[in-house]
Amino acid sequence: MDYAAVVLLEIIYMIAFLALTSAGLAVVFGMMRVINLAHGEFVMIGGYTTIACAKADINIYFAMLVISPLVVGILGLLVERLVVRHLYGRMIDTMLATWGLSLLMVGIITFIFGNTAVSVPAPIPGYELGEFQMGGYNLFIIGIATLLIICMWLVMRFTRLGLVARGAMQSADVASSLGYDPKRVYMWTFTVGAALSGLAGGVLAPLTGLLPSSGGAYIAKAFITVITGGAAVITGTLSSSVIFGTINQLVSFGSTPVIGEIVMLAFAVVLLRLMPQGITGRFFRNAP
Amino acid sequence: MIGDAANFTSAGRTHWGWIIAIFILLLLLPAVFDTHTPTLLGIWALFALSLGLMWGYAGILSFGHAAYFGLGAYTYAITSMNLGESTAAWIFAIVLPAFVAALIGAMMFYGRISDVYMGVITLVFSLIMAKFMGATAGDAYSIGNARLGGFNGIPAFPILNVPGDPSTPIFGTALYYLVLCCLVACYLVSRWVLSSAFGRVLLGIRENEARIELLGYNAPAYKTAIFSLSAAMAGMAGCLFASWAEIVTPALFGLGQSVEVIIWVIAGGLGTLMGPIIGAVLLGTMKLLLGGQTFIDNSLVIGAILVLVVLLLPRGLLPTVLGWRKQQGQRSVSRARSNSMRRRGGERRQQRPAAEHDKTGHGS
Repeated sequence: MDYAAVVLLEIIYMIAFLALTSAGLAVVFGMMRVINLAHGEFVMIGGYTTIACAKADINIYFAMLVISPLVVGILGLLVERLVVRHLYGRMIDTMLATWGLSLLMVGIITFIFGNTAVSVPAPIPGYELGEFQMGGYNLFIIGIATLLIICMWLVMRFTRLGLVARGAMQSADVASSLGYDPKRVYMWTFTVGAALSGLAGGVLAPLTGLLPSSGGAYIAKAFITVITGGAAVITGTLSSSVIFGTINQLVSFGSTPVIGEIVMLAFAVVLLRLMPQGITGRFFRNAP
Repeated sequence: MIGDAANFTSAGRTHWGWIIAIFILLLLLPAVFDTHTPTLLGIWALFALSLGLMWGYAGILSFGHAAYFGLGAYTYAITSMNLGESTAAWIFAIVLPAFVAALIGAMMFYGRISDVYMGVITLVFSLIMAKFMGATAGDAYSIGNARLGGFNGIPAFPILNVPGDPSTPIFGTALYYLVLCCLVACYLVSRWVLSSAFGRVLLGIRENEARIELLGYNAPAYKTAIFSLSAAMAGMAGCLFASWAEIVTPALFGLGQSVEVIIWVIAGGLGTLMGPIIGAVLLGTMKLLLGGQTFIDNSLVIGAILVLVVLLLPRGLLPTVLGWRKQQGQRSVSRARSNSMRRRGGERRQQRPAAEHDKTGHGS
C-alpha cells in the first residue's frame, strides 16, 4: 500500500516536473511556432540565479518565485530583440540560432561560475511514508506546477490578455488587423516564456545540483513533451506530461531510471509517427 | 537562397583546378606536418560532407547525425574486437548505420513527418543511443568479446589493417592517406549522385516536394535513400575516427557532436559539397586551438559563431565568398538575380505565416 503510494507520488512528481520545465517552451512554441533551443539554458540560468541569491542570504522562496523569473524574463527579452525577431518564419534558422545561444550561455556561465556543481539544500525537510523516506520538496514542486497550470488556464481563458494571445495564436493577421501589433505580442510572449523557464529553474534548483551544462538535461525532455503535445499550449503540455511522466516512472520502477528514459524517448518517436501533428493535433483541438 | 548555391555546383561551374591543387598540397602535407591532427580534420570533414549532402541537397536536416557517426565507431570497435581483423568490421561499420538510417528514414518519410518533428525524431534517436551506451557498464553488457563499458567506452580494439592482413595495421601517415582517399572518394560519389537523375529528383524534392510527387516520383523512397547514403558516410567517418582515437565512448553520440557538425555545414555553406568540408577544417582547427587554452570556453566561441552565421551569413562562407567574386565580374546581373530571389523568398514568407510548420526555413 505504502509502496503504491510512493509510486503514485513519484509519477505525479514526474508529471509536474515535465509540465514545469516545458511550460516556457510550450508558450513560445504554441504562440509563435518558434522552437527555442536555448530553453534548457534559461532554466539553468534561473537555477543559478536562485542559488546565487540564496548564497547572498536572500529568502529562497522570494528568489525562486520572483527574482529568477524576472532575471530570465529580461534575458529572454534581450534574446528576442537581438536574435529571434530577425528570424520569424524561418523555423529551422531559429532553432539553429537559439542552439548557438544555448552554447554561448553555457560558455558564459562556465566563465563566471566555473565548471563545478553548485547547490543549495532543499528548504523543506523530508517526511516518512510508512517505511519510505520521501522528499518533502517534491510536494512543493507538485503544488507549484499545479498552481502554474491553473493560473495559465485562467489567464488564457478569462482575461483580455489571454484573449489577445489566443487570437494571435489562431490568426496573426486578424489580430494585427484589429490593432494588436503581432511584433509586440511575440516580444511579450517570448519574454513570458523565458520567465516561466526561469521560474522552473529556480524552483528545481534546490532539488538537483547545477552545472553549466545542466540545461541539456531539460531541453531534450521539454522538447519532446512540447512537440508531442502539439499546438494547444496548456492541454497539449499537460496531456503529454501525463503520458511521458507515467511511462518514465513506471518503467523506471520496473527496471532502472536510464531504461525508463529510453523507453520514454522511444515512445515519443512512436507517438509522433502516429500523430504527426502532436496529441492536440488530433484530440482536444480547440482547447487553449 | 540555397537554390542559388546549388546552381553553382550543379551547373558545372566547378573549380576543378582549385580542387586538384588543394588535393596535391594535401598529398604532400605529411612531408611538412605531423599527420595526427590533419587526419582528425579529414575525418570531421567527411562527417560534415555526409550531413551536407543530405541537408544541402535534399533539405533533410538531422539534429542527431552523430548517432550514425557513433554507430559506425561502435560497430567497428565491437566487430573488430570479435574478429581480430578489420576488413569485415570496416564494411559492417558502413552498412549498419546505413541500414538503421534506412529504417528510421522510412518511418519518418513514409509517415509524412514534417521538418520540426523530423528534427525531434533524429535528435531523440541519438539521445537514446547516448543514454543506452552510457548505461552499459558491467559484464552483463557485452557483445562477443567486446564489453560495452558504459561511460568509459571500449578501449583497445584492433585498429584498421591492410585488408586481409591483420599483421599490417594502418596508422600515422598511412591512416592520413586512407582518410584523404575516403574523403575524396565520398566527395566524388556525392558529385556523381547529384549529377545523376536520382540527384536531380532530390533537388526537386528540396525545392518543392508536392510538385515532384505530382510528377510521379516516389519522394519518400528518394529521401530514405539519401538519408541512408548519408548515414553510410557518417558511419565511415565514425569507423575512421575509432581507428584514429583507438577508443570509442558514448560522447560520440552526444548532442555536442551533432551540433558541431551542423555548425560546420551551415558555416561552410549549405547547398555545396566543398563548403561543409572547408567549414569542418576551419572550425575544427579553431576548436583544437581553443582546446589548448583554458581562458575562453570552447562552447562560447562555437555558440557565438553559430548565432552570427545564422544572422549575418545565412548562406555560409563558401557561397558568400564565391558570390562576391561573381558579383565583381558581373555586378548588375547578379544583383538583379539576388533581388528576384529575395522577392520570391519574401512572397513565400507572407503566404505561409509562421503558424505553419513547413519548409520556410529551408527556402530562405
